[in-house]
Amino acid sequence: MKHNFIFTIIFFVVTGTYAQTENQGQFHGNFQTDIQTYYKDTTIGANTVPAEKMLMNSYANFNYTNGPISAGVRFEACLNPLEGFSKNNNGVGFPHKYITYNKDDIEITAGSFYEQFGSGLILRSYEDKTVDIDNSLEGFSMKFSPVKGVLLKGVYGKQRSYFSDVNGNSQLITGPGIVRGFDGEINVNDIFPKLENKRTQVILGGSFVSKFQEDQNPSFVLPQNVGAWAGRININSGKVNFSAEYANKMNDPTADNNYIYKNGEALLLNISYSKKGLGAYLSAKRVDNMSFRSNRDATLNNLLLNVLPDITKEQTYTLNAMYPYATQPNGEVGFQADVSYKFKKESPVGGKYGTNISLNFSRVNSIDKQAINDTTAIGQKGTLGYSSDFFKIGNELYYQDINLEINKKLSEKLVVVLTYMDLFYNFNIIRGMTGHENVKANIGLADITYHINSKNTIRTEWQALFTKQDQGSWAMGLAEYSISPHWFFDAYDLYNYGNQDQKVHYFTAATVYVRGTNRFQLSYGKQRAGILCVGGVCRQVPASNGFAISVTSSF
Amino acid sequence: MRKYFIITVMVLFGFECFAQQKGIPMVEVKNLDNKTVKTTDISNNGKPIILDFWATWCKPCVKELTAISENYETWQKETGVKLVAVSIDDARTMSKVAPFVNGKGWEYEFYLDPNSDFKRAMNVVNVPHTFLLDGKGNVVWQHTTYADGDENELFEMVKKVAKGEEIKQ
Repeated sequence: MKHNFIFTIIFFVVTGTYAQTENQGQFHGNFQTDIQTYYKDTTIGANTVPAEKMLMNSYANFNYTNGPISAGVRFEACLNPLEGFSKNNNGVGFPHKYITYNKDDIEITAGSFYEQFGSGLILRSYEDKTVDIDNSLEGFSMKFSPVKGVLLKGVYGKQRSYFSDVNGNSQLITGPGIVRGFDGEINVNDIFPKLENKRTQVILGGSFVSKFQEDQNPSFVLPQNVGAWAGRININSGKVNFSAEYANKMNDPTADNNYIYKNGEALLLNISYSKKGLGAYLSAKRVDNMSFRSNRDATLNNLLLNVLPDITKEQTYTLNAMYPYATQPNGEVGFQADVSYKFKKESPVGGKYGTNISLNFSRVNSIDKQAINDTTAIGQKGTLGYSSDFFKIGNELYYQDINLEINKKLSEKLVVVLTYMDLFYNFNIIRGMTGHENVKANIGLADITYHINSKNTIRTEWQALFTKQDQGSWAMGLAEYSISPHWFFDAYDLYNYGNQDQKVHYFTAATVYVRGTNRFQLSYGKQRAGILCVGGVCRQVPASNGFAISVTSSF
Repeated sequence: MRKYFIITVMVLFGFECFAQQKGIPMVEVKNLDNKTVKTTDISNNGKPIILDFWATWCKPCVKELTAISENYETWQKETGVKLVAVSIDDARTMSKVAPFVNGKGWEYEFYLDPNSDFKRAMNVVNVPHTFLLDGKGNVVWQHTTYADGDENELFEMVKKVAKGEEIKQ
């Protein structure tokens, strides 16, 4: 009934405004489907095959805009969800629907929406299918700019948990918590006319988020209202940009922190300097007990209210991304430095076309944790947990990598990228395991592009990862042939030659056809079991063997 | 049943609107100084605009922007086109965008879309996704993914738009 009611409203808005404004409206949307077949393959660890033999994730967005009004729905059908995605999202229908009124300085949304305050330390509701996350807020949101340079935002709602089939009825399941948030941002230079054209620009922001969840725990008295606040500043002066955000959360015993009553906090600092041909960047982060969800008992990627951004380089080549870091919300302190420089054309290093070199270093440690007294173990359930010295770095190394990348165009036809990476990966901490060896690895890569002519290109990748730990060393070769603007053909083999138990080949071949905004991909191959991370959020990818079809389209 | 009926009606209305050209929806993005800017304020004095959604971690995106940068001066001289690059980098890599683009020496107009609001409003599924806007700000052509050489097709389209010719996609 509820569905029908909302649909009727959308229908009237859409058709009503359509009639009023003489065909000024716009209808647009997109479509995305992934279908995969599964075969049993014990060599790669795909020991079980889903009973359905074939699975599909599909989404389609339909949006209608007419002047200040926009409305839209998303159709979802995961029948059943692909392996590695939550099986709870097996509903069919329209879980996501919204209406927005947006005129001049005011914007009001009713329905499903996404929002982020600052860098997301206390609120980020978003959607990223690749890591199986959709924690949209279901409720009301309002944005208002009372004067130039001031932006106020308010949100009130419940979070999307799953879209599930419940006894044959597809239902949007929201979390038990009620989320209320407020954010204000002031552009100082816009407020004071005298400062408007100054070289230094200052932006200040502050936010407050509170969640309410009933306490039904038989053994503890849990706070039903948990508040969190954050303050931020951004200073920009010519080539230099500085930003800082600090967040603090009231005591919030959760499954993530083993139900301790300690307050949480997070600090994020970034400074960058850049001019033409040179970019440098330094960032530091400290996180202490800062997991924040609208359900204290939720786990994995469910009902996350915030995102604590990773401080390590986002790796994209296959072997470089084999051991990705994931933020440890219970405590970490880390920093990252990044420099990229372009040697000019016709200089000794630059050669005829110039050379880009970039260097990146990041390191993450534990935070200092001390017992609160002699009788309480660190992190003991139902206690204050531990105390931590803010300025002390813990002794345990979680992650470290050093990356060098050289990007060089050798001629009109030939472009080469060379990278080297030195990695330390604390397996137990990052994967939440015990007794596993930490991984130390060296990874080298050459990515060579050869332009046969203006439309035909061959690209090859040669990668190697050397390690004595975990599954041992890997090598990979990839070849891709592209014919602009429609076709791609690629094939690669990932070979675990250093594995003592079984030296396994993971071969994959794919064809892609693109026309305008439509993209069709057909592939066959073996997928390695591993972890895929985007931003600060990860998803387990199980081993699989099969055909896959992927179609995306937008209109 | 009623649900499907309504959707069908919506779709039909939608297809009717297909013939019309589409402008840019109003969403808030940030410029590289972190200042909030409305997308409807993006303009190029009646000349065409290339609107390119990208991210620092997206290799094909970086390839495409690099390929265009090699001929960007010529493109601008011939057609007056402006490239507006919208990065969907989130809080993790957002502060890296300014040093990254300066390190590359790119001379485009840059915006940040850290929670993908603009990306969603433009129905972009994956990056890179390139839109071509005519002098009135209407989307007249779009393309997703990047294969080496795609920039040639894009430039052909830019030239047509600059001359006021109609594009069929």
